[in-house]
Amino acid sequence: MEHSSRAVACVDLAPLEEILQRYPREEPSLIQVLQDVQRAYHYLPCEVLERVARELGVPLSKVFQVSTFYRAFSLTPKGKVVIKVCTGTACHIRGAPQIIDEVHRRLGIGPGETTADLGFTLETVNCVGACAMAPVVIVNDRYHGGVRPASVGDYLEPKE
Amino acid sequence: MRIASRQHFEEAVAAARDRREARTRDIWVCCGTGCLANGSAAVAEAFRSRIEAEGLQTGLGVYTKTTGCHGFCQRGPLVVIQPEGILYTRVQARDVPEILEKTIGRGEVVERLLYRDPNTRTPVARYEEIPFYRHQTRIAMRNIGRLDPGDLDDALALGAYGGLVRALFEKTPEEVIEEVRKAGLRGRGGAGFSTARKWAAARKARGDRKFVLCNGDEGDPGAFKDRSILEGDPHSVLEGMIIGAYAVGAHEGYIYVRDEYPLAVVHVQKAIEDARERGLLGRDILGSGFDFDLRVSRGGGAFVCGESSALMRSIEGKVGEPRAKYIHASDRGLFDLPTVLNNVETWADVGAILTHGGEWFAAYGTAKSRGTKAFSLVGKVKNTGLIELPMGESLRRIIFDIGGGILKDRPFKAVQTGGPSGGCLPADRLDLPVDYEVLTENGSMMGSGGMIVMDDRTCMVDVARYFLKFLSEESCGKCVPCREGLRQMLHIFDDLCEGRGRPGDIERIERLARGMQLGSLCELGKSAPNPVLSTLRYFRDEYEAHIDRKACPAGICRTLTTYRIIEDPCTGCHQCTKVCPVEAIEGRPRQKHRILPEKCISCGSCYDVCPENCIEFLPRGGREEAIHGHADH
Repeated sequence: MEHSSRAVACVDLAPLEEILQRYPREEPSLIQVLQDVQRAYHYLPCEVLERVARELGVPLSKVFQVSTFYRAFSLTPKGKVVIKVCTGTACHIRGAPQIIDEVHRRLGIGPGETTADLGFTLETVNCVGACAMAPVVIVNDRYHGGVRPASVGDYLEPKE
Repeated sequence: MRIASRQHFEEAVAAARDRREARTRDIWVCCGTGCLANGSAAVAEAFRSRIEAEGLQTGLGVYTKTTGCHGFCQRGPLVVIQPEGILYTRVQARDVPEILEKTIGRGEVVERLLYRDPNTRTPVARYEEIPFYRHQTRIAMRNIGRLDPGDLDDALALGAYGGLVRALFEKTPEEVIEEVRKAGLRGRGGAGFSTARKWAAARKARGDRKFVLCNGDEGDPGAFKDRSILEGDPHSVLEGMIIGAYAVGAHEGYIYVRDEYPLAVVHVQKAIEDARERGLLGRDILGSGFDFDLRVSRGGGAFVCGESSALMRSIEGKVGEPRAKYIHASDRGLFDLPTVLNNVETWADVGAILTHGGEWFAAYGTAKSRGTKAFSLVGKVKNTGLIELPMGESLRRIIFDIGGGILKDRPFKAVQTGGPSGGCLPADRLDLPVDYEVLTENGSMMGSGGMIVMDDRTCMVDVARYFLKFLSEESCGKCVPCREGLRQMLHIFDDLCEGRGRPGDIERIERLARGMQLGSLCELGKSAPNPVLSTLRYFRDEYEAHIDRKACPAGICRTLTTYRIIEDPCTGCHQCTKVCPVEAIEGRPRQKHRILPEKCISCGSCYDVCPENCIEFLPRGGREEAIHGHADH
């Protein structure tokens, strides 16, 4: 996995510089910095992690430990469209598993996977707290409620 | 402007009240996560631009306010017209001109937007008359939906920080703790530990650097009360934390918020900035000489970080691994310094307790569980949403009076409380009073207030497997009983749900469960078997059906279930063909339809939409007969 991110030539470090300005250079800032990195780059590029380790004075091994422990972080690039299927209890009993199966049937990717052309990533999320609209699917930060397997196709058409 | 004394504060409150009362007509548009997803931002914008274009604000004193969650998320976007208190549901931007013309202009009600009682179909105009709201008593959520969370003055007008003023200027820290003790306040995050005892221990702890923390890592799937409080009334949490800090002698604090709650993070950050600017946070708060400041720490999406010691490691920038409980956070918590950690809802209660007194709070609830409790009522229930009511109310009242009963009037099967550490309670427990002790005695727990209602189309073995899968992904992996116990148990459940169950599986599950309860390091592992044990306790027959007959009585486990259309009542309405994702249903409009077994993936979509109830499910073993039955025709 790390190799594939290394292969991406010359990651632009300018967004990282800006992120580092926001926090004190100490270990407690690590998770906050990584979150902003994840948001800016949509994954955690290896070069960026090395730089973060140096700047915060945290061993690279610890940076990797944190990067792989938390669900919010990914070491591999994500697709242009990120489909998050909420798998909270309310969504589960109202049919979230059928939604995941349907995405898999259409795109051939399971939770945590990205299509080969980097078009789509499927993720599951442990409850977004919008249980009243279950089952919930979030496509690029837009919430959709009451999703049925038959309506999954609508979200897979690239509209923007 | 900075408020520098108690007198200043009273003046600011009076000014804020005057401003609030000057608004003769106020239109409240709910902008909680649920309503936003349904398009409430566009509704608020439509009101604003239309009111401005027509000069209604200067002419008639009509204002628009974006508020936090009203709790009735299922009916969103919600709009409340004040002072009449008319509630409009499922409002879209295109409805705005009509509302302004009829309701604001002529005092008429737009009937088609009113809430209708799901059982009697009669429209209800006023907010307070709707059963969903009528049966509630709100303390922690006292101001949610009534104020703009981004407007500190609006909060001041409704009494925010009044409890803080009483604490800082009328009470010693010990007296504050005494007030909380009188209230009988217990932790609202799950375990129900006495808040006053926690504070007293931290007060006594040595050292001048101490912390107060807010646990907003609401990880229980199906619970969202903390999200709504942080989004809808962040000042109530800030007020509680400043009071707590004063009581224990802390000057620094953190609010730990789930990464999955982006709106809550934004609202809390804004509230902290506003409070700091007005002298409610920072040095010399309100001129009292007391210093305290707050920071937000965003979680990384790990369920285990809701556990106190894991949460503290996470704030330190480390992985969230819990540590053994013999080290008390009140002695050595965050950065190994004395720390008090309370749940969002607990903090939100504190301000009200200091304002009205501990005895006032203790008058609600049961002997051991005082006050009110927030729940998110979700699942297969008609009125889903967020509610708060005194401890000790029955499950029946919550699910049937407030929740309006089960969706499509199907039979009630169980209610799951307490998240992955809790359990499922069956129909014969519906009259139990809900408090900490009763739930625990019956194999469940309070947890963070999620109540997931289940009907006969919920497979209890599948529900237990769901929680095991959840926990096996979320176990931090530090201790073996939790990590391996969950994994092995999940293997057995996969077998049960996919038709490979063997005699002796139930006993194997029970043995593993005992090992995990005894040997796990933290509560995540110790309580992990609860969903399994409670479903075994109340629904053992479903487990036996999966093992002995390879059948799923609820028709949910796909490998065990097959569907067919009973031809007689089928009217060919085509509803089922529209929802079938794999085009496995054939039949012309108004003619009888048929499910093609070779294409059908047993998702059950057709079953759930059929208006004639003419689709049935059978155990997979019965499938051969059904197919042959058709072939014979």
